[in-house]
Amino acid sequence: MNVLTYLIPISLILGGAGLAGFIYTLRSRQYEDPDGDSRRILSGEWDDKPRAD
Amino acid sequence: MTALTTNGPASCPGCLAAPAEGIDAPLPDAKLALSLPTIHCQACISKVEKSLNAHPSVRAARVNLTRKRVMIDAAPDVSAQELANLVMDAGFEAHELDTAALSQTQTDAAGRDILMRLAVAGFAAMNVMLLSVAVWSGATDTTRDMFHWISAAITLPALAFSAQPFFRNAWAALRAKRLNMDVPITLAIVLAVATSLWETGLSGKHAYFDAALTLTFFLLAGRWLDARARSAARSAAEELTALEVPRAWRVEHGTPTEVAVSALRIGDKILVRPGARAPVDGLIVEGTSEVDRSALTGETMPALRGTGDAMSAGEVNLTGPLTLQATAVGVDTSLHQLAALVAVAESGRSRYTSLADRAAKLYAPGVHILSALAFLGWLIWSGDMRISLNIAAAVLIITCPCALGLAVPAVTTAASGRLFGKGLLVKSATALERLAEVDTVVFDKTGTVTLGTPSVTNWNDLDAAQKALAYALAQGSSHPLSMAIVKAAQAEGISPAPLIQQTEQPGYGTKARFRDTDVRLGRPEWVGVSAQNAGLCTALDLGNGENPMVITFEDSPRPGAADLMDALKAQGMKVILLSGDRTASVAAVAGQLGMDEYAAEVLPKEKVDFVQDLTNQGRRVLMVGDGLNDTGALAAAHVSISPAQALDAARAASDIVLLGQDLSPIADALATARQATKRINENFTIATVYNVVAVPLAVAGLATPLIAALAMSTSSLTVSLNALRIRGRT
Repeated sequence: MNVLTYLIPISLILGGAGLAGFIYTLRSRQYEDPDGDSRRILSGEWDDKPRAD
Repeated sequence: MTALTTNGPASCPGCLAAPAEGIDAPLPDAKLALSLPTIHCQACISKVEKSLNAHPSVRAARVNLTRKRVMIDAAPDVSAQELANLVMDAGFEAHELDTAALSQTQTDAAGRDILMRLAVAGFAAMNVMLLSVAVWSGATDTTRDMFHWISAAITLPALAFSAQPFFRNAWAALRAKRLNMDVPITLAIVLAVATSLWETGLSGKHAYFDAALTLTFFLLAGRWLDARARSAARSAAEELTALEVPRAWRVEHGTPTEVAVSALRIGDKILVRPGARAPVDGLIVEGTSEVDRSALTGETMPALRGTGDAMSAGEVNLTGPLTLQATAVGVDTSLHQLAALVAVAESGRSRYTSLADRAAKLYAPGVHILSALAFLGWLIWSGDMRISLNIAAAVLIITCPCALGLAVPAVTTAASGRLFGKGLLVKSATALERLAEVDTVVFDKTGTVTLGTPSVTNWNDLDAAQKALAYALAQGSSHPLSMAIVKAAQAEGISPAPLIQQTEQPGYGTKARFRDTDVRLGRPEWVGVSAQNAGLCTALDLGNGENPMVITFEDSPRPGAADLMDALKAQGMKVILLSGDRTASVAAVAGQLGMDEYAAEVLPKEKVDFVQDLTNQGRRVLMVGDGLNDTGALAAAHVSISPAQALDAARAASDIVLLGQDLSPIADALATARQATKRINENFTIATVYNVVAVPLAVAGLATPLIAALAMSTSSLTVSLNALRIRGRT
């Protein structure tokens, strides 16, 4: 059962990393336009290099 | 949008540096927003962004497809109207939006707040569930206790943060001595955590930490869906409200100054420019013009007004500048008295309670009584406080309205999303339920069934020379009939006849010289013919001694109007046309579209009575209208729809706003609403069946945390999937 001493913290840290990632995406307003974003991948614009801003 | 005033050249450098008083400092970059009701795909995004970015003053433009809007970062010298025209040239409908009103809406923030709490609840629920699975699959003794303690350590802070909205709402309800859905939810969460902590402390077998968290997670998901659907509708509705800026030109010492409409007083002289709406009731002291009264009365024929005539607030000046002396301002104007009809009619509708409210009214007390009875029953039977509390907590968790809390928002969000995709904005939360009950549809004519802009009907009666002449004369005026002639001529690619000395005589028409003869285009009586058929018409004097030509017009139906009428009749609806316009033109439109019944020359009050009579006959009325004369009827009807071009008051009184020109989405709205209500009822049935099966288990003390978790997740997922079926069909 000693395996638990590091498996449980690992599971919590991994979950926490996911949560932190989600909070980051939420704060940087990446859920403002889900419909538009899903369609923008079809666009040929900015394929070579990302937009300046 | 801030009004920007260009400063004249200053006489000294010091004056140039000092900001002029009373003028808003120009923003370093203006954020503009346009509503784009017709965009739907990647190509649309690219086209709109390209057309805007090509403008030298635009720094960046980004389309938001979800909101069907584009945000533009531009230099202050460019107007939103100019950019809207650019987008329209690219082939998309565009309306200017007020960003000041936009930034005031905090609805997005509320949605993000719930999403954050949802994420925390989800994270905690998954981790605790992981530990719980270990317990369920047979962890015992110290291992089980340790898992329970770790679960408690995750659950307590997570719940303290994520379940706050429920705690707050429940507390507010209790303080007002009421019961709402949040009271049993809060009680279930608190009781579950409390008994679980107690059990863990005594090394007990069962803990409900995972149940408390999944419960919070599912309920927050319901709240989030609800918030998202409502914020999209609300913010868009507020943007539309901001379309008309309440400003007027007051004439002081002979020069007009721009002031807020609220600053106008009786006796003030106000300049109403061609194309502008009169802000107050008044008498015309200077000028002659034609006036469009369609917003107030539904009449399509412009009326001739001169010095000494009265003009009501809301009427649009068409040709020449008019100066009014205000006789009534603010709430005393005829415009406001029409809006007051709304207040009277609206009280009737507020009595409607949604399906969810009716369910909650039965549900909240029922749950409390049930768990209290279970607690008392077990206490009397076993005399053991610990067992009794555990049972009561299990009953509360099992009955907790996960499915119920998701059942309605999931369906309305899916349905509203689908309708938004078709260009309909659902403003009211209960609009879909009410729409599903409709059996009679009443339409206004001018601006609703018809476009409100006339088009030429007898264009081909004119020969090529006459067409060229009419085109040339019409170009000199911004009168709607002239613009219709210009449009007809441009569609044929005619080039205008060369004219000299062209002048417009406001209220009458335009005249010019053409090859040494006088030619005129204008009101029939001015040109010298009697217009006996009295429809919308204008006369063309060719100056060659012949009888003047009469050009006739009609207000053409909106695209999709005929399809809509067919679809409504196929659905078994009664379709009625109700208009303030003359009988002949109302009958023509009704006949053309095959409507069952029509009434013409109806006053605003009579429209309200008409709708109320239908309601008293037991009919459920959908009112579709755009004018101020419709507002009362819009509010009196069971449910109402207005087009986005309608006036503020009409849009405010209606439940659903139609964003595009095309009318046919209304038929889809009715079908979707009926489907949505069916799904909501199905979801209630699913939730009830689940309770009927699970509650006896809980009361009997057989519900383990595993059973609770399974039952809760299954029912929540079932109702969500059932709700999503609406989206699937197109």
